[in-house]
Amino acid sequence: MIAIVDYGAGNIFSVKNALDYLGFENAPASDKEFIKSADAIILPGVGAFPAAMKMLENSGLVETIREEAAKKPFLGICLGMQLIFEKGYEFEECDGLGLIKGSIRKMEAPDLIIPHMGWNKLEVLNPCKLLEGLGDDEYVYFVHSYKAECADESISAYCEYAGRVPALVHDGKYVYGAQFHPEKSGATGLRILKNFGGLIK
Amino acid sequence: MLAKRIIPCLDVRSGKVVKGVNFEGIRDVGDPVECAEEYNRQGADEIVFYDITASFEGRGVFLDVVRETAKKVFVPLTVGGGIKSVDDIRETLRAGADKVSVNSQAVQNPQLIRDGAEIFGNQCICVGIDAKKVADHKWTVYINGGRVDMHLDLIDWVKQIEQLGAGEICLNSIDADGTKNGFDIEMLKAVCDSCSIPVIASGGAGKIDDFSEVFEKTGATAALAASLFHFRELTVQEVKANCRSKGIIVR
Repeated sequence: MIAIVDYGAGNIFSVKNALDYLGFENAPASDKEFIKSADAIILPGVGAFPAAMKMLENSGLVETIREEAAKKPFLGICLGMQLIFEKGYEFEECDGLGLIKGSIRKMEAPDLIIPHMGWNKLEVLNPCKLLEGLGDDEYVYFVHSYKAECADESISAYCEYAGRVPALVHDGKYVYGAQFHPEKSGATGLRILKNFGGLIK
Repeated sequence: MLAKRIIPCLDVRSGKVVKGVNFEGIRDVGDPVECAEEYNRQGADEIVFYDITASFEGRGVFLDVVRETAKKVFVPLTVGGGIKSVDDIRETLRAGADKVSVNSQAVQNPQLIRDGAEIFGNQCICVGIDAKKVADHKWTVYINGGRVDMHLDLIDWVKQIEQLGAGEICLNSIDADGTKNGFDIEMLKAVCDSCSIPVIASGGAGKIDDFSEVFEKTGATAALAASLFHFRELTVQEVKANCRSKGIIVR
């Protein structure tokens, strides 16, 4: 069972549709016990960092997520990926979940359109299990204006948009974060979600 | 780098796909969910559903189409037609749309763009524009499916909607639409040069080179077509292969 954390700041429907399509048992989760009993956790998210973090705090799930992400497969998607870092700087400085070292900063690209929106190519830096079975010409769908700044060792794959944009991050254990939307990235995204589901023991 | 997007558009009436030529002489073919699945197989980067009747009775049927498609097709879905309020936007996103496209309603009530962007994020709000040339290097905005001239200058409107928080513009040329003579390069250039949000080229695609031309000559980040794909004159793969052969980055 995959718990999709439902805290009011995520489009859980499209993640749910993709997991249903792949045949992974899943359900929206807004209480601690359910998250604790799940085999894996997905944290979606859209909107702004401080507002989402506040909603997560109000839901009383922050500690549970921190504890459970150390024990079972965890995937943050889009803003959910950004929340796994230590700090965000969208509008104001704000603490994140701190599951991976690094922070979230505004993308600076004077000659390029921000938000970074559309399909961009994954460049693999440190192969991880979620990238298994993918070729070397894989595009995924992004929509974001802020990006992660973190150590190379945390980056499984990046894309080029006015420099490197961390696309898939990994703590080396259970925690993964996708800046792109795997649930909207066609066959490539479905393969990544299938790989994530495959991590369940 | 970002890939240029190829976007098939499905005009839907009473749960069926139709395509008008210059907004008239509508032909009726096909199940929209199956069409969307086929476009997905062909490599469409995004799919647009447009509710061309947008009647109160037809709304439920239309949103069911969106809901069913979202269970089978995992690329971004944009939904337009008949979106008048924040509640309409919410309902459409809940049905599985990733973005909504507002057109006539945005002209009549520009605040809808601001409210939608503030509540759901700029990336959710695509503003569709139908425009027609009135003089040299001058175009005006039309509403109600290209029937009513609002005497609103296109470039002024583009700047205004960017200010209001639109995340994207889908620019349809009434002059080019249905002609199959290619996209309206002059109008697209004028719009791309006057704003810094992504612009989708719409109206006029008739042959394979029209797509590479619009990417080579304008700043458009995506190109949309309906009948060309719908009547299988071209497939999305063919268009992309042709773009790729000309050095344009596509997925």
